[in-house]
Amino acid sequence: MCNTCGCNVTDANRHLLDEHHDHHHGHDHHAAEAGTAAAGGSVAVLKRLLDANDHEAAHNREHFDEYGVLAINLMSSPGSGKTRLLEATIEALGGELRIGVIEGDLETENDAARIRAKGVPAHQITTGTACHLDAHMIHHALHHVPLRGLDVLFIENVGNLVCPASFDLGQHRNVTLLSVTEGDDKPAKYPVMFRAADLMLITKTDLLAVIDEFSPGRATHAFRALAQESPVLAVSAKTGAGLETWLAWLRSEVAAQKTRAAAGETIRPKVQSDGVALHSRGAA
Amino acid sequence: MHELSVCQALVDQLRDLATRESAQRITRVLLRVGPLSGVVPDLLAHAFPIAAAETIAEGAALAIEDARVRVRCRTCGAETDAEPGSLVCGGCGDFRTDLVSGDELLLVSVELER
Repeated sequence: MCNTCGCNVTDANRHLLDEHHDHHHGHDHHAAEAGTAAAGGSVAVLKRLLDANDHEAAHNREHFDEYGVLAINLMSSPGSGKTRLLEATIEALGGELRIGVIEGDLETENDAARIRAKGVPAHQITTGTACHLDAHMIHHALHHVPLRGLDVLFIENVGNLVCPASFDLGQHRNVTLLSVTEGDDKPAKYPVMFRAADLMLITKTDLLAVIDEFSPGRATHAFRALAQESPVLAVSAKTGAGLETWLAWLRSEVAAQKTRAAAGETIRPKVQSDGVALHSRGAA
Repeated sequence: MHELSVCQALVDQLRDLATRESAQRITRVLLRVGPLSGVVPDLLAHAFPIAAAETIAEGAALAIEDARVRVRCRTCGAETDAEPGSLVCGGCGDFRTDLVSGDELLLVSVELER
């Protein structure tokens, strides 16, 4: 996104803008954001609909970076093992990394209680009817989760393979879980979600012995067909199989975040709005 | 059903725009929504009158343009059509492609009366 006006100019939509007004970068904010018409008529805007959320997410990200905290957004269907993965992760790394958790659910404090039982600070967001977390909810939750001293903050999103993918929370990485009970064609069925994954984690692999319909190879193939080059790992939080590889990924991400934060740099999760890519290439 | 949240964000933008442009009424809103945006145009169209009720955008016509899914291959350089669930190159079949269009969720333009 253009830092000045928040517009998203791409090869695909540039003609829309050119029809309305000249778009110069290094511009006056309002003139570029909205073409002016004297007595009414059409005003060109070209702004992402979720622009306000994106701005608030950017503030959250600055806040995480200020404390050198890695923020990870965990997304999946309901019941694919996000909380169980966190419990196993805390058991394995609780003495090594300082972990905090924000839990998102429609109702109940159950998940936050499970995390607190492991000795880790957790704040529960109950969304009522909202099917996703947004940057504003995370901003409020941060008043209850002290970032100072944390190495990693997990944000466990509402279980849903659709809506959470559309809202930037300010996280650095998206981890999408796919449990073996769900079917290995899920990436093809929910491309928006799986395109957004910086890591796909196949979970509940202990059940592969009884669920022979699920092929990790086919799941990986469907994931790659989304132009996805992110890593795919397979774990069982129950038996601990594959857990060490997940922990190694996590350690390397925490270390990378410390290095970035010290250098005053940041990173955004996999899917960025097209305008970001365009502007960062200096093409505008 | 996050389309209602998206429409509320849209109405907030329209309200700001109307103030800045000293508009009395918003008559038409044009969006561009790609299949990979995660938002369903029909649901947006249903949610918009609810979000717009009793705001300056009440009664505005909502037009939604589709955006084709297009990818550019990093291996052979071809730019081809693709499907939301399969973004492989239509030329050589390689999966290492960049999305050219298809994930837009944009407010393109607004027609208003002063």
